[in-house]
Amino acid sequence: MTNIGLYNYWIVFLLMMTGLYVVIVSTNLIKKIIGLNIFQTSVFILYISIGKVAGGTAPILAEGYKVYSNPLPHVLILTAIVVGVATTALGLALIVRIHAEYNSVDEEKIYQNDPSD
Amino acid sequence: MISTHLPVLQVAIPLLAAPACVVFRQATVTWLLALSVSCISLLISISLLWQAFTTGEIRYELGGWAAPWGIEYKVDVVNAFVLVIVSGMSSVVLVYARESLQHELGIRRIHLVYTGWLLCLTGLLGITVTGDAFNVFVFLEISSLSSYLLIGLGPDRRALTAAFQYLVMGTIGATFILIGIGLLYMMTGTLNMTDLSQRIPAVSHTTTIHAAFAFLALGIALKAAVFPLHYWLPNAYTYAPSAVTAFMAASATKVSIYLLLRFFFDIFSESFSLRTMRLNEILLITGVIAIFSMSLVAIYQQDIKRMLAYSSVAQVGYMVIGIGLASATGIMAAILHLFNHALMKGALFMALGCIFYRLKSLELNDLAGIGRTMPWTTAAFVVGGLSLIGVPLTVGFVSKWYLILATLERGWWWLAVLIVASSLLAVVYIWRVVEVAYFKPAQDTEVNEAPMSMLIPTWALIAANVYFGVNAQQTIRFAGRAAAELLGLP
Repeated sequence: MTNIGLYNYWIVFLLMMTGLYVVIVSTNLIKKIIGLNIFQTSVFILYISIGKVAGGTAPILAEGYKVYSNPLPHVLILTAIVVGVATTALGLALIVRIHAEYNSVDEEKIYQNDPSD
Repeated sequence: MISTHLPVLQVAIPLLAAPACVVFRQATVTWLLALSVSCISLLISISLLWQAFTTGEIRYELGGWAAPWGIEYKVDVVNAFVLVIVSGMSSVVLVYARESLQHELGIRRIHLVYTGWLLCLTGLLGITVTGDAFNVFVFLEISSLSSYLLIGLGPDRRALTAAFQYLVMGTIGATFILIGIGLLYMMTGTLNMTDLSQRIPAVSHTTTIHAAFAFLALGIALKAAVFPLHYWLPNAYTYAPSAVTAFMAASATKVSIYLLLRFFFDIFSESFSLRTMRLNEILLITGVIAIFSMSLVAIYQQDIKRMLAYSSVAQVGYMVIGIGLASATGIMAAILHLFNHALMKGALFMALGCIFYRLKSLELNDLAGIGRTMPWTTAAFVVGGLSLIGVPLTVGFVSKWYLILATLERGWWWLAVLIVASSLLAVVYIWRVVEVAYFKPAQDTEVNEAPMSMLIPTWALIAANVYFGVNAQQTIRFAGRAAAELLGLP
């Protein structure tokens, strides 16, 4: 029961492992960025889950409510989401440049063109 | 009055100057702006170090919000020392960067390079100065994102793939750190480093804290290029513009090593990190493998910039061994080596930049005879190389000396022997360059010495290598005090 009650953490782990797997396995650079995004999203869900207080409502002062969820992790993760967007943007910008230089976004083809490493 | 705000000005000035570079656009103006901002940061960090050394820890509440609610900046000797390293190296390399960057990248849109540089400086200084765990992540990403940009600008197209590789690895590392901080917050309800260190002992037996420890250790080790998580480093250093490599090699990994010290000796207590989690054993083993395997790999490189990049991973190994020894002397040796390695690698990469400026190549075979055509640059490389090996009268000797003292304190003769033996490998890869540069006939006798604006900063760092190698008392005092503070000794 407790294991099922913590199902969002299971989802966090599922997404985290999926994301890492995609980053490691795919040779397509865009797919790598997608994997990285899934990986980061899992951490966003982790933080949002931390803020949940059992029986708590949204943290808005109102009569009749005594228990509130913790808003701080949500605020923190807004920052991390912005960072994630910036990383994705920079990653995609690099891919555009790589495509212009190598005419491919596939890692294997790129390394074939540069045999020295 | 303004002196009470020094900790935040340290970060705020470069952060504000970065967009100003975009506005001004003009190459010389933005370079002057970046250089003066960097020098101001250096002055601030020196005064902070002196203040922390004489009067003790400085605490600064950002926006006047008291500590657990607001972000707190906390400066003690440990991070003030790292601040001086980062801002000092940035200033010296910026003097050099103007000619080097314009030659390698062209003058068009060069202001964006300085913007990236200042943002990277902001991030590195911010990581160091902050006393808030989440703030560390934010600044880490500021410095990382700008360094991906700076590396990707390199003159060779392989710089793009190197930057992409670093982006993927760096993001995984930073996200691991984010997970670790989240798990710590989950168990303690605080992000302030002082509060964390007080509250962790009560919950340190839980799996959540153990997992947080593991995530943080992996994430920070990835950013610090601790063997075997160094995969991104050789490519990134090889293909980045010369000035950027010199700056990164002298500052970025140093800040990550500082984070390692801060998290595992200050936030997690020393006894938890070392006795419960046995971090020191892992660090010792990976450190010893690093100094041997990476020095061996360096010997077989044809590109000497890549050779020095592998040597950097090996040098991180020495720092990690010092931390792994887990004694006051060991940690002092690690902190000393942070400073000393910044001096020697900064100087060496700058010398390589001078060579690249004239030869357009850093392949070993193309370097034939440059000892005669570029005598000053080659001499700088040789002195830097001697320092890297650890010859007496250079800074390399000072850090190796204390590292060996620390191993002998533990009675580990074998480790002392291994450290000396690995230094001999450094002799081999530096000698390969010396041999080609001095004992082979020059292919192109038309090659001139690099311009003065590049040679002078290079030689300034070489002089620092010798100066701090002879007059090591002051750095040893700072490093000793920093180690004592980390271990909670009086």
